[in-house]
Amino acid sequence: MALVLTEEQTMLRDSARGFMTDSGPVSQLRKLRDTQDADGFSRATWQRFADMGFTGVLVPEANGGTGLGYVEAGIVMEEIGRNLTASPFLASGVVAVTALRHGGSEAQQAALLPAIATGDRVLTLAVDERTKHSPQHITLQATKGADGWVLNGAKNWVLNGHVADRLIVVARTSANDNDQAGITLFLVDCIALGIVIENVRGVDSQSTARITFNNVDVSTDSVLGTVDNGWPTLQAALNAGRVAAASEMLGIAEEVLARTLLYLKARKQFDRVIGEFQALQHRAAILYCDIELSRSAVLKALQGLDANTENATVLASVAKAHAGKTVTRAVQEGVQLHGGMGMTDEFEIGFFIKRARVLQELFGDSNFHMNHLALLKQY
Amino acid sequence: MTDVDDFRTQTRAWLEANCPPEMRLPMASEEDVCWGGRNWKFASDAQRVWLERMAERGWTAATWPREYGGAGLSGDEAKVLAQEMRALNCRAPLNSFGIWMLGPALLKFGSDAQKAEFMPKIARGEIRWCQGYSEPNAGSDLASLQARAEDRGDHFIVNGQKIWTSYADKADWIFCLVRTDAGAKKHTGISFVLFDMATKGVSTKPILLISGKSPFCETFLDDVRVEKSNLVGTLNAGWDVAKYLLTHEREMIGSVGDRTVARPLGQLAASWVGLDAQGRMDDPLLRAQIAEFEVDEAAFRLTLERAGDMAKARQGHPAYSSILKYYGAELNKRRYELMMAAAGTDALEWETPRSRHGALARTWLRTKGNSIEGGTSEVQLNVISKRILELPGT
Repeated sequence: MALVLTEEQTMLRDSARGFMTDSGPVSQLRKLRDTQDADGFSRATWQRFADMGFTGVLVPEANGGTGLGYVEAGIVMEEIGRNLTASPFLASGVVAVTALRHGGSEAQQAALLPAIATGDRVLTLAVDERTKHSPQHITLQATKGADGWVLNGAKNWVLNGHVADRLIVVARTSANDNDQAGITLFLVDCIALGIVIENVRGVDSQSTARITFNNVDVSTDSVLGTVDNGWPTLQAALNAGRVAAASEMLGIAEEVLARTLLYLKARKQFDRVIGEFQALQHRAAILYCDIELSRSAVLKALQGLDANTENATVLASVAKAHAGKTVTRAVQEGVQLHGGMGMTDEFEIGFFIKRARVLQELFGDSNFHMNHLALLKQY
Repeated sequence: MTDVDDFRTQTRAWLEANCPPEMRLPMASEEDVCWGGRNWKFASDAQRVWLERMAERGWTAATWPREYGGAGLSGDEAKVLAQEMRALNCRAPLNSFGIWMLGPALLKFGSDAQKAEFMPKIARGEIRWCQGYSEPNAGSDLASLQARAEDRGDHFIVNGQKIWTSYADKADWIFCLVRTDAGAKKHTGISFVLFDMATKGVSTKPILLISGKSPFCETFLDDVRVEKSNLVGTLNAGWDVAKYLLTHEREMIGSVGDRTVARPLGQLAASWVGLDAQGRMDDPLLRAQIAEFEVDEAAFRLTLERAGDMAKARQGHPAYSSILKYYGAELNKRRYELMMAAAGTDALEWETPRSRHGALARTWLRTKGNSIEGGTSEVQLNVISKRILELPGT
């Protein structure tokens, strides 16, 4: 498949770009932050986002979605990144939908996918327990109860956990911490007895949750996939989340460069626009090269998810690692090249550096993925 | 069956029948690379026969028009030919600056007489060319070149010095930039001329590099007579020809980062450094640097792939080759820094047969030139900031 967008994908990009710019610009995120909005995103925008068909982009048409693919989901994520539009799309429309499609029974899919596509229900993956992403380290325990399973443990940094209707909980049913075997995924209703959800507002003004599970009873049919064999589904969901996060980081990097270039062309010092200074030109040009490389890696990884190729995991790690490096450079250069203005809260560039830090950490940072790739290549 | 499929079948059959078995073995030394030219000594009969057969078919310069020694192949057909040659491990019948660089420029800017005179000979490997661009005082600022050509009616008299002329001591002819109007502004007043290296007044001297022997030479021009019929394009408009040619050169050098290496750097380095009890390279900081390098390398390879796809879809930017040149060169330098670090003292032996006469160290040193030749990295960044990012300045 050629590494360029098709005509239909280009149209989707244009429509997503128009939508995010009009309905979810950075100024909206600022307002949500300043009003200490309990949701941390606009419900009205989220509804229109679903009406545009974005939320259900990965949901099959038979389940009420638009039945497109990961390239299309990545296009939406990139435009989210350009505008920092806060929404549960990554958690619900990408990660949870992937888990359901990969591991869910027909009944589970029929029950949940349509409501995700319309935006009426939010699902999210509860995986991380440590402060650094490490998905094999699962200690949240699921034990056989009289009538199903009983969950005990805690999860950290659950995306949109504060507004979720259901959680996809990654639990240990056998083997030991740090084993891929013995992991089971459970669909758990957030109102189940014994669940305590703490809304945690992040540095990026978006919300995640710390969730504790105290003797939470779940039924046998809430298992997603098969007992003890949840790893492949978890891996698929994480890979989708990684490439989607990489797409958002790519959008952030591009937007920050675009804004920085405008500033370089307008700001005057020493009687000339500062964009004439070669020291600044070269920094911008190197950043541009990094972004071009990330764009190739991200598009290839999205295509890899769509084609379900054997190297999809490798491509996902390359994309997440590279886009993470690029966006880290982009936001730091963005602040520096904006000078003192870049340090002010009034300027929007600060929102980008905050969101980029969160995305870098999400589903494994660049170091995690470089290490992952080295292990895959046996060195 | 499509026309391309037909072409593939015929091509494979012809290659099977005509490529000598010796020409399908991996190259063992420099002599196995055929450069042609009037002084070329074929390393074997097979090398000679292979060049003759391919040239006869027009396949040394397959996309050129038939009348100029090519086969008039379409881009898709040329791709099939390259794929089939790879599939059968056929060696390139001819390496040639004439085919890679001068030919395309002659096709675009040359007169009918020049095309008829030079192109068929280039395609047959009868003329070996070198490129006379850089001068001791005109490197990155190439347009400030000083070699001057005085108008003497039907010919020019050229005086000056060129440097970094690859294979000048082995070439038959040179394509050369000379100043034909000393009063004009830098980029105007330059002309693109061709002359025989055997002309009286031309002399060359090889340059020894930090890596040892090199193909580079200094070329001295003292009262060299150049016929006006060998002026390519318009008088004083040679810069356009030079720029066109440089784009081809940039793409060639940019692709150095893409050379397929048998083993990924990480595994190669691990085989030298060793593994720890957990099966990880027994040097955690080097391992981390290599892992980062491999991510960048993977992203760069995908960018080469995407650049090709964008060009096909007519979405490419004319200055995109500067990104590939810049990044490919920097990446290759990083690769060899890491290889040296992984190989340790074994790579420091300079003359032993054990180290194949310092092969890795010499290559490592040679890569330092990647970000200088064909436009320095800094010049590429200037091009990117001005032509793509549209930042102001001269």
